[in-house]
Amino acid sequence: MYRAHVLVCGGTGCTSSNSLEIIKALEDSIAEAGLAEEIKVIKTGCFGLCAIGPIMIVYPEGCFYCGVKVEDVPEIVEEHLLKGRPVKRLIYKEDSSLNMAKSLNETDFYKKQHRIALRNCGVIDPENINEYIAMDGYQALAKCLTEMTPADVIKVVKDSGLRGRGGGGFPTGLKWEFTAKNQADQKYVVCNADEGDPGAFMDRSVLEGDPHAIIEAMTICGYATGATEGYIYVRAEYPIAVKRLEIAIGQAKELGLLGKNIFDSGFDFDLHIRLGAGAFVCGEETALMTSIEGNRGEPRPRPPYPAVKGLFGKPTTENNVETFANIPQILLHGAEQFASMGTERSKGTKVFALGGKIKNTGLVEIPMGTTLREVIEDIGGGIPGGKKFKAAQTGGPSGGCIPASLIDTPIDYDNLTAIGCMMGSGGLIVMDEDNCMVDIAKFFLDFTVDESCGKCSPCRIGTKRMMELLEKITSGNGTLEDIDKLEELAYYIKQNSLCGLGQTAPNPVLATLKFFRDEYIAHVVDKKCPAGVCKALLNYVIDPAKCKGCTKCARACPVGAISGTVKNPHTIDPSVCIKCGACMENCNFNAISKK
Amino acid sequence: MVKKISKIPFNGTPEQEARLKEVINESKHDKSLLMHVMQQAQLIYGYLPFEVQVMIAEGMDIPLEKVYGVSTFYAQFALSPSGKYSISVCLGTACYVKGSKDVLAKICEKLGIEPGECTPDGKFSIEACRCIGACGLAPVMMVNDDVYGRLDPSQVDGILDKYMA
Repeated sequence: MYRAHVLVCGGTGCTSSNSLEIIKALEDSIAEAGLAEEIKVIKTGCFGLCAIGPIMIVYPEGCFYCGVKVEDVPEIVEEHLLKGRPVKRLIYKEDSSLNMAKSLNETDFYKKQHRIALRNCGVIDPENINEYIAMDGYQALAKCLTEMTPADVIKVVKDSGLRGRGGGGFPTGLKWEFTAKNQADQKYVVCNADEGDPGAFMDRSVLEGDPHAIIEAMTICGYATGATEGYIYVRAEYPIAVKRLEIAIGQAKELGLLGKNIFDSGFDFDLHIRLGAGAFVCGEETALMTSIEGNRGEPRPRPPYPAVKGLFGKPTTENNVETFANIPQILLHGAEQFASMGTERSKGTKVFALGGKIKNTGLVEIPMGTTLREVIEDIGGGIPGGKKFKAAQTGGPSGGCIPASLIDTPIDYDNLTAIGCMMGSGGLIVMDEDNCMVDIAKFFLDFTVDESCGKCSPCRIGTKRMMELLEKITSGNGTLEDIDKLEELAYYIKQNSLCGLGQTAPNPVLATLKFFRDEYIAHVVDKKCPAGVCKALLNYVIDPAKCKGCTKCARACPVGAISGTVKNPHTIDPSVCIKCGACMENCNFNAISKK
Repeated sequence: MVKKISKIPFNGTPEQEARLKEVINESKHDKSLLMHVMQQAQLIYGYLPFEVQVMIAEGMDIPLEKVYGVSTFYAQFALSPSGKYSISVCLGTACYVKGSKDVLAKICEKLGIEPGECTPDGKFSIEACRCIGACGLAPVMMVNDDVYGRLDPSQVDGILDKYMA
């Protein structure tokens, strides 16, 4: 028995700010203080509130420390763990002006969340199967194998209303049923952990924080669909997730929860890990399977669907990490409980990776139907620096944006589709008035041009042509006809591309055109970038009232575009200026601005 | 994606070759393990020069044309070596909206090379990467395994100076 447990986040965000060194220092100081028998340090998965990492929680008090540094460790051990006096200056406070500490679940960030897929993240040690089992782990699998037929399992999943969390939103139970109906000597289960949307890290956090949930769910899926082998296709860029999966698979095999004759039911299931190699298109199911087979990850036309002819030509069920993470809870607590959450056609919860211009960047899990306003203002803590909210981008390079005027939209599959946006895999990037929507559209298109696999011409050539039009617009050479051409091309690519990548590639452009057409027009007619982002359209100007004539900017200018004499206001010659921004960076008086 | 192919002569050692052969022998029964072998080869050599691709093709009994096709398809496979200090600046969405493009531009300006290139002394290489998943710390860059978060362009000089010596 330990009298206290110290949980430290070992997710990628916090390890990037040295949480592993903090754990080491903690263990050393605890041993030094002679408390090794009394206090246990646990490295957990992601807590979600990445903005204020590294995060540490001390139980039984539930004392929530944030922004901990290695230097703080001796004080925490000496004061808190030895003398029982929490270190006040490190305790998380929502508003630093109020001297009030709250426990984790009472904070605004956690209060409105409902954690199903993330239930164990930041709670258990992901490298210890016993902690997962203590949280009812593998009970759902036991129930399926010993009390239910495969058809029963599929019925529960269907009744729960769970839909694919990878972006498509296809009903999961139906997908399983299709595979189950096809007879074959071999079937497969595939977990899509190739999280390609830049700015999204839900799947990574689940794999890092709760790897056994995925193993359990895939085994259940295997039982339900008649598959005996599974593959987890995970990004090579996620080394911590890969390592924890390997450990988890090893432990499950050792306890007989994976392998031959699981729970003496006669059911066999084995799992393999395959590493991706950085190709966005591999998130598309047919491309992913082609990649597992060791080929260039190019998609192929459907039908035949994977349920008929998938991996190695055999019937295959493919689901995303977050979809699988919901499965054990659904089977354990029943379809009704899951279906009681959410909206009419979108049940349960959805995990979002909140990022961009928002105070509480991190991972949140909300019931479907929560409004964007609640996510941004209540959970996310609003926009830093008093700036105005402009839009939220969802679905990454395949998605669209939700403008400020629609901030009260309840988030679910159908509402987002109706406004020309999409749920996507869960990236939610908040943008403020300083972000140029044309530039954001260009950013995503640049991504898809780069990631287009080249198999079909609408995507390979079309996205490139769209990119050229956007470059023309942002460099100040665009015309109104270019905007029309851009739109026409976008619809053409959407209709004619082979796979999901091409069919959705124009979405960021179409969505920004729909809600922010005036910004496009400002770029081509007034030759101005209202947000002050597109360099070619900006002019740096010196405010003569603020300029002290210190000459620092003139010395910093690499092309000699600034003239003026000492103690007199300087001026910038726009015909010489290369818009590098060096003058603005160097000015001590805030006298230089972009217009 | 266009890949820059190295013009630096191949100088693999017999030890590296022995390690690669071992990986190939463990995997050649299953041709779907090609990517795994290539990933291991890249760990051994640091990149996948043409000579290594030939060894893989022959060892796995897979046409060289297919090995080359796979190596050029995936962003992870490098056809030219990276510098002693490999810098990657995240241009994922969360970092991008917080200005990582300016950080990248500043590094390129300071080192005088473009993303995908290596300084002539072999010391630094730069790449723009997609997302390292540390979105809470945006904008983020990595120098080998060291992560630097919450950056602005003015910090670039100080960070690079640490590795210049």
